[in-house]
Amino acid sequence: MRKPPPNLSAVEPSRVVKRFAAVVVIAYALITMVPMLWIFVTSFKSPQDSIAYPPKILFQPSMEGYVNLFTARTRQTSEYIASLPPARTWYDKLVRSHGMVIAGPSRFAERFWNSAIIGFGSTFLSIFLGTLAAYGFSRFKVPMKDDLMFFILSTRMMPPIAVAIPIFLMYRQLGLSDTHVGMILLYTAVNISLAVWLLKGFVDEIPREYEEAAMIDGYTRFQAFTKVVLPQMLSGIAATAIFCLIFAWNEYAFALLLTSSRAQTAPPFIPTIIGEGGLDWPAVGAGATLFMIPVVFFTILLRKNLLRGITFGALRK
Amino acid sequence: MIAWLFIAPTILLLLVINIFPLIWSIQLSFTNFKANRAVQGIQNVGILNYINILHDEEIWSALQITAHFLFWTILLQVLLGFSLAWLVNRKFRGHSFWTTMILLPMMLSPAVVGNFWKFLFQPQIGLFNYVVSFITGADPSSFQMIGDVKLAPWAIIIVDTWMWTPYVMLICLAGLRSIPDYIYEAAEVDRASAWRTFWSITLPMVAPFLMLAVLFRGIENFKMFDLVVNLTSGGPGSVTELASINLKREAFEKWRTGYSSAFAVILFVTVFGIANIYVKFLNRVKQR
Repeated sequence: MRKPPPNLSAVEPSRVVKRFAAVVVIAYALITMVPMLWIFVTSFKSPQDSIAYPPKILFQPSMEGYVNLFTARTRQTSEYIASLPPARTWYDKLVRSHGMVIAGPSRFAERFWNSAIIGFGSTFLSIFLGTLAAYGFSRFKVPMKDDLMFFILSTRMMPPIAVAIPIFLMYRQLGLSDTHVGMILLYTAVNISLAVWLLKGFVDEIPREYEEAAMIDGYTRFQAFTKVVLPQMLSGIAATAIFCLIFAWNEYAFALLLTSSRAQTAPPFIPTIIGEGGLDWPAVGAGATLFMIPVVFFTILLRKNLLRGITFGALRK
Repeated sequence: MIAWLFIAPTILLLLVINIFPLIWSIQLSFTNFKANRAVQGIQNVGILNYINILHDEEIWSALQITAHFLFWTILLQVLLGFSLAWLVNRKFRGHSFWTTMILLPMMLSPAVVGNFWKFLFQPQIGLFNYVVSFITGADPSSFQMIGDVKLAPWAIIIVDTWMWTPYVMLICLAGLRSIPDYIYEAAEVDRASAWRTFWSITLPMVAPFLMLAVLFRGIENFKMFDLVVNLTSGGPGSVTELASINLKREAFEKWRTGYSSAFAVILFVTVFGIANIYVKFLNRVKQR
């Protein structure tokens, strides 16, 4: 009697194949997470531990990185420190134990706040304009529709530095350099291509019959849009908004070239933390960790729509 | 007509923030304007900037470095990304959880990623050097990933691959999932070998997806700036000075606004041209 052939079906992989795949994928996932975990762990080390050799896996946790991130400190003589009134807070104590006193807050909180204002401002504007345009492109006969859509996409192909040269000159003339409004407009212009392409996909999925029925019932075109279409695309809008927010949050090149103090966001600021304290890797780790936590959270939230977002809606499932 | 009410605001914004500056760039590219000495005025120099760029060794070297970076990152990411997608598609238990974990790096800020990989790459104290020395037995302070002329170009390739392999994986996964089961069932009925099935069903059907991933990665890495500038700042010397980093130096450190505008125009025309040809080619592959 012939033995039955081994189960090589591609439709349902054999157990051995599954086990092999699981081992390799999980190993890759764990290795790929090491750099992120390492920066997280480093943020809780003392500066000495962070540059120890061999790298320390077990160590006395310290909040020094976070304290250094949020404060500016000056080195003082031990006599001077002894002459001060006793430290009132734990972070005062921590700083003084290293022969320094806190001179004031650092600029990190400000930068973080700027990132949030510019991120949310540009996201709101991109979604507002993008939803209107997506509806227009989806529902009306627009002359040269494909060319216009491609034009919108092509604005994303320009290297940011190339765009920054004339924007820099233009903003200097208009007084928009280093302002929140200037950065919000710029990030909106970059994000609008993503917003229009993604949102058009979401509008396309809503049957036209709904609005047509509403318009027969006496709704105007605009009422049909706000009362019938909008409620149905809310989840699509939410996903698009998160993508826009993450882009604006992460953006570096424009922020580096067009902002310096008032409107500077966190990405150009984080690399400079190291310069203030020499080899202060825990403070860099703390800045990176605080900066990345919202992104990780949103990525997990976005899971189902990630593919759609990263391909500008070209792939959906 | 009503359509324009919906579309016009977006088009207007793009005209003001994208098209007007682009036209201004083109105009400036024919001048010797220096933005830090605006009072000196603007002199028309015709196509001199373009001619000089063609003879500028620094620019040719930046383009070569960019090409090297593009070739290896795309090759590695396609190989790794496709393999991972194939494995994830074996649908073992917990595959969707692990997929999400793998995807995390690509959502992070490239500037911050560059910054903390710089820490991992520190000789002696860096985790990367430690792990390499642990595996190979080499002294961890005997090599400098970002300080060595030979290694630095690979350091940026490693980090970019770490960050963006998930991107290619996700797109390949969509491709693999788009292949209907009945095709594989038919192949099984015909007793096609696993190898044969892979080459004549899986690969050709994933090809358009793979090409899309290459297009997006290609455009992104051609523009690459933030990650590499934070990791190596283009050094040591200029061995990792990609086109965008070179452009930034010309425009915002040497303040040769006219000259760098010309380079910017060349870069844009290159991406736009290649992307256009590529999309035509992609559409032909799709139709097959």
